[in-house]
Amino acid sequence: MLIRLLSSKIKLPFFSSKVAAGFPSPADDYVEKGLNLDELLIQHPASTYLAKASGDSMTGCGIFNDDILIIDRSLTPLHGDIVIAAIDGELTCKFLNLRLKQLLSANQRYPPIHINAETDLIIEGVVISSIRRHK
Amino acid sequence: MYALVDCNSFFASCEQVFRPDLRGLPLVVLSNNDGCIVARSKEAKALGIPDLEPYFKQKALLEKNGVHVFSSNYELYGDLSSRVMTTLEGFSPDIEIYSIDEAFLSLKGLGVDLPEYGHLIKNTVYKHTGMPVGVGIAATKTLAKLASHIAKKSAKCDYVCAIVDVAAWSAVFRKIPVNKIWGIGRRLTKQLADNRIYSVYDLMKQDARQMRRRYSVNVARTIDELNGIECYGLEQAPEPKKQIFSTRSFGQKIMDCTELEQSVSQYATRACVKLRQQKHLVKTVSVFASSGHFVEQPYSRSMVIKLPIATNDTRQIITLARHAIRNGIFRKGVRFARAGVGLIELQPERPEQLDAFSSEQPLRSKQLMGVMDSINKRHCPIVFASQGLQQNWKMNRNLKSPAYTTRWEDLPRIKT
Repeated sequence: MLIRLLSSKIKLPFFSSKVAAGFPSPADDYVEKGLNLDELLIQHPASTYLAKASGDSMTGCGIFNDDILIIDRSLTPLHGDIVIAAIDGELTCKFLNLRLKQLLSANQRYPPIHINAETDLIIEGVVISSIRRHK
Repeated sequence: MYALVDCNSFFASCEQVFRPDLRGLPLVVLSNNDGCIVARSKEAKALGIPDLEPYFKQKALLEKNGVHVFSSNYELYGDLSSRVMTTLEGFSPDIEIYSIDEAFLSLKGLGVDLPEYGHLIKNTVYKHTGMPVGVGIAATKTLAKLASHIAKKSAKCDYVCAIVDVAAWSAVFRKIPVNKIWGIGRRLTKQLADNRIYSVYDLMKQDARQMRRRYSVNVARTIDELNGIECYGLEQAPEPKKQIFSTRSFGQKIMDCTELEQSVSQYATRACVKLRQQKHLVKTVSVFASSGHFVEQPYSRSMVIKLPIATNDTRQIITLARHAIRNGIFRKGVRFARAGVGLIELQPERPEQLDAFSSEQPLRSKQLMGVMDSINKRHCPIVFASQGLQQNWKMNRNLKSPAYTTRWEDLPRIKT
């Protein structure tokens, strides 16, 4: 599972008790395991998939070309979520607007996609984070 | 009570998880170096494309029907398999990974409505992982297997079948040929036919003690199992497995890396014994460990490692398994409840059946050390595994799908 890779190099020891003069706190024996990005970004490893964004229709919400999307399939898509949808067999990333029954881009140049009974659409998962590399 | 959860055309379904455009289309997956057809989507089966046939013989038929053809992609299959298994761990504290695409779940004492639970399992696995499965539920493993067969064949079942009262199923059992029963192979089927035993019903009505004398203890056990008398518990089976999984829940939780390494070494040893008994070599190994589902913060990790050359050497598998634990799977602070080793890509030992790339001598220690050193140097052994792969699959790379879930450069692209 590649999810683990996110954090393989980070080891930031982290002390949970305040530093005090005099007797050391017994809690200092318990050095925390370090920060782990998996823990922050992934709740359900077995149902979480990574993908790469391709395009500029979601730049308004901070998802740019080549960003990494973290997708949890186990979540039930809610109104306002950023979702991965398969439309006519193609995977796409959009805002889900349940009230208007639309998939919306975060870029004015892209018109909304109306969802009706004839649309061949499956919601594959919910985008819970996106990652952008700055260097 | 047992549930058998069986992925539908597993390899073919794996190819469709990240390719919604291929769902519902005829698709086949080929074996090592594109020798044989080893998996067919439902639509490919419907076209009459035969299983386990040499690819070159079927090529014309496949092309004529526009069937999508893939080389096997064991990194992808191994990763999706472990996702399915991890999801299944949420439905029972006792599970046996039977093969890359099947698991038995003990439902003893869960007190659930069986068909309803079966549908819940099926729907959850699909939603969480993208893998379609069938579920068979019954009092014994043999019956559960049979139930999963019925679940897939009968449209009425919608991929879930629970056999609660065996007597009520007589009419159905009369229509199912005896060779569909777990552990009844081709030879036995012929022998049984000589004694006019053709259907599941015919066999279950035989006297187990008599049949034991005439055939074998396994046939007698099968008859008992068909009648709802349990003979095979978890980890027990009447026949050798397609893939070899050795996995166990620990009596006591393990929090120490060395201890976890020791446990997987044991499983690796056990798996390799079976491997040699079956006269096979292994090409792809999966190693996994988890905290179990019934804790506050479930943790589970697995790693799929492709060997440069197939082997049956226990030491090599142990070394690989321990490296996987130390350099990826183990995590400080996690109370591990379960671990295992899966030998997921097997090939026969006999050289005449080997392909061009693996017909070399058994893995030499120098190469092995090379393998280990690369794992050591990188913090991510999976990267290494995929590089080993590139060299090994030169011949048929064009038909192979990306390693969507195990290689950074292969992540699926999603249009925004």
